[in-house]
Amino acid sequence: MPPAVEPEAISANSASSAPAHSESVPPPTSEPGELQSFESWGRYPKYKARVIPLHWQSDFPAVVAGMHDSVLPVGLGRSYGDVGLLKDGTLLQTTGMDRLLAFDAETGILTAESGISLAQILDFAVPRGFFLPVTPGTKYVTLGGAIANDIHGKNHEYAGSFGCHVPCFELVRSDGTRMLCSQAENPDWYAATIGGMGLTGLISWAQLRLKPIVSRAMDCDHIQFHGIDEWLSLKQQYTAAEYNVSWIDCTSTGKNFARGIFMAGDHAKLPGELKPSPDPKLVFPMDAPGFALNRLSVAAFNALYFHKQFKPHVKASIDYEPYFYPLDKILRWNRLYGANGLVQFQYAIPWEHAKEGTIAILREIAKSGLASFLAVLKAFGDIPSLGLMSFPCPGIMFALDFPIKEATFPLLERLGDMTLEFGGRLYPAKDAAMTPHQFQTFYPEWQQFARFKDPAITSSFWERVTT
Amino acid sequence: MSTTPATDPHALAGTVPNARITKKILVLGATSGIAEATCRIWAAQGAQLFLVARNAEKLAAVAADLKTRGASYIGTAVADLDDTDKHPELLSHAVNSLTGLDVAYLAHGILGDQATGERDFEHAAQILHTNFVAPVSLLTWLANFCAQRHAGVLAVISSVAGDRVRKSNYLYGSSKAGLSAFLAGLRNRIDREGVTVLTIKPGPVATAMTAHMNVKKADVNVVAKSIVAAIDRKADVVYVPGIWQIIMFVVRSIPERVFKKLNL
Repeated sequence: MPPAVEPEAISANSASSAPAHSESVPPPTSEPGELQSFESWGRYPKYKARVIPLHWQSDFPAVVAGMHDSVLPVGLGRSYGDVGLLKDGTLLQTTGMDRLLAFDAETGILTAESGISLAQILDFAVPRGFFLPVTPGTKYVTLGGAIANDIHGKNHEYAGSFGCHVPCFELVRSDGTRMLCSQAENPDWYAATIGGMGLTGLISWAQLRLKPIVSRAMDCDHIQFHGIDEWLSLKQQYTAAEYNVSWIDCTSTGKNFARGIFMAGDHAKLPGELKPSPDPKLVFPMDAPGFALNRLSVAAFNALYFHKQFKPHVKASIDYEPYFYPLDKILRWNRLYGANGLVQFQYAIPWEHAKEGTIAILREIAKSGLASFLAVLKAFGDIPSLGLMSFPCPGIMFALDFPIKEATFPLLERLGDMTLEFGGRLYPAKDAAMTPHQFQTFYPEWQQFARFKDPAITSSFWERVTT
Repeated sequence: MSTTPATDPHALAGTVPNARITKKILVLGATSGIAEATCRIWAAQGAQLFLVARNAEKLAAVAADLKTRGASYIGTAVADLDDTDKHPELLSHAVNSLTGLDVAYLAHGILGDQATGERDFEHAAQILHTNFVAPVSLLTWLANFCAQRHAGVLAVISSVAGDRVRKSNYLYGSSKAGLSAFLAGLRNRIDREGVTVLTIKPGPVATAMTAHMNVKKADVNVVAKSIVAAIDRKADVVYVPGIWQIIMFVVRSIPERVFKKLNL
């Protein structure tokens, strides 16, 4: 399994152009109205909630009329922690709202309902010669989820975050108010909703500016590096490439400390195939046993992965699917981490302390022996995010998955505090562990943001970090 | 951007694949989950569609989606199909808008509430009217239209529930049993006129109609693909997914003196 995915994925599903299907998200196991388990991608924490599917833009707020419960709009459940969970509350699942409403082939602007998945958008766009302006490491997230978490991709330095390509959307509040939001109309609501974690209301539809491509193919360079200095100089060298991301070995110490593979990529310039992708076939069949990921198996994997390329520098032309979505080939791969699930630690540290912070945190992780192989290193560029609560800031971004073990949480708290010391922040969409103090320091705008929160909407994350 | 269409993918944007053979399809109950999924396949093929549904707002969203996906023509009419008096006017308007008719797809229907219907005849009659009487009215007009032209496919969504009607939904089940029986008779009458009558029998499918049901449901896109294929090959009866043909064969063969004791 190629680990160099950039795992900034949010919600999930469907590879066909038709309405979303339920292969990669466990279907609800009981009737709506009853509490049922709804898992986030990390499968931690495990909370029960009622799930009401939304099929039409007019369903909200009608379906919750007279309800006293708090609600939370959710998409495909690809957020890792509790930003998309609401313990004992009601989740409004938007995946039935997956209609395309308009497409302008001149400007590339697509208008669609918010429950459509990026996979469905790609199935529509690629044969017409268009691509997502920004894509996370999975295509099984909804348009609404991508806005609500203001996701980023491997081209952050080139394109900014997802919200930069969303000219406008409609926000529906629980009192029935419908607001058109853009930088010109209701700009404060626009800014609060981009990266607003679904808390400001339901996004019923949105516009997305697609970009032209001439082929499915990606031209890539894979280059080995040893240590952060070598990585930084590779970055300087490859500024012309639109995409770059690096896999980094978080288990090795000594001379192999912070070794990795730098992967630069561009959409092919020569016209090529533009057919839609086939449906994924593989589903990870069951929970792996708890001992499957241990210090030895992960270190062995990392050594193999580092040396899988025989030369220090390899050039290749590969399809966009394995380039952007290597893990989407195996639906429900999160079962690899066993029934307890996983948590992700993802930070952004501004350039001022980025290098020393990254080295210190990597040392702490290597020392702990808890790391898995899904580790990603990348730089965030200068293009400002449009969201009030957006995660990206210019500097170094790093993400790593941890299996849930007893020692994981004390380590996460230490790492969170270190991030804070170096002036960085953690990513709510990936988080299941940051403390209220950490959150409120990472996001000093949170009180200003709270004024835009819909009184009927909340999430377990918000309840956890604002009390 | 290049100006040679062969090398410029953007020149292809919005063009219609298979432009020569785009089908003219009338869809009754176009906002139903199965109908919408089926129409997305047809839209991607560049079909010409006339959509009828009760709710104007939902119909507009479905129409916009199908237009964006590549339908070469979209006509719409808002109508309550329970109102059988209006059927002739509605249907002639639809075929005039399409300038012809290759497929009529009847996808409207209600599940109803069995418990209410057991107490209240009015509700029972409502289920029978929507699921049986209204389709008979529509199909009477459509069958005569197609028979006159010796062409056309009448594709109608019935249900496996009509194959062996059971206590937990015998009102819905008997309405669909009646519909399936009517379709068999109609097929026997007009097959020789060159008109195909297709009886579609879905098992439970994951759509808005079944959102409250706690059973294993089929993926609506898989079901839609099978329906499109059955229409293309002019089948008589199709179970979707196909496994239901075997299941219902077994269920139908249970002797009544045993069946009447079962809790199904």
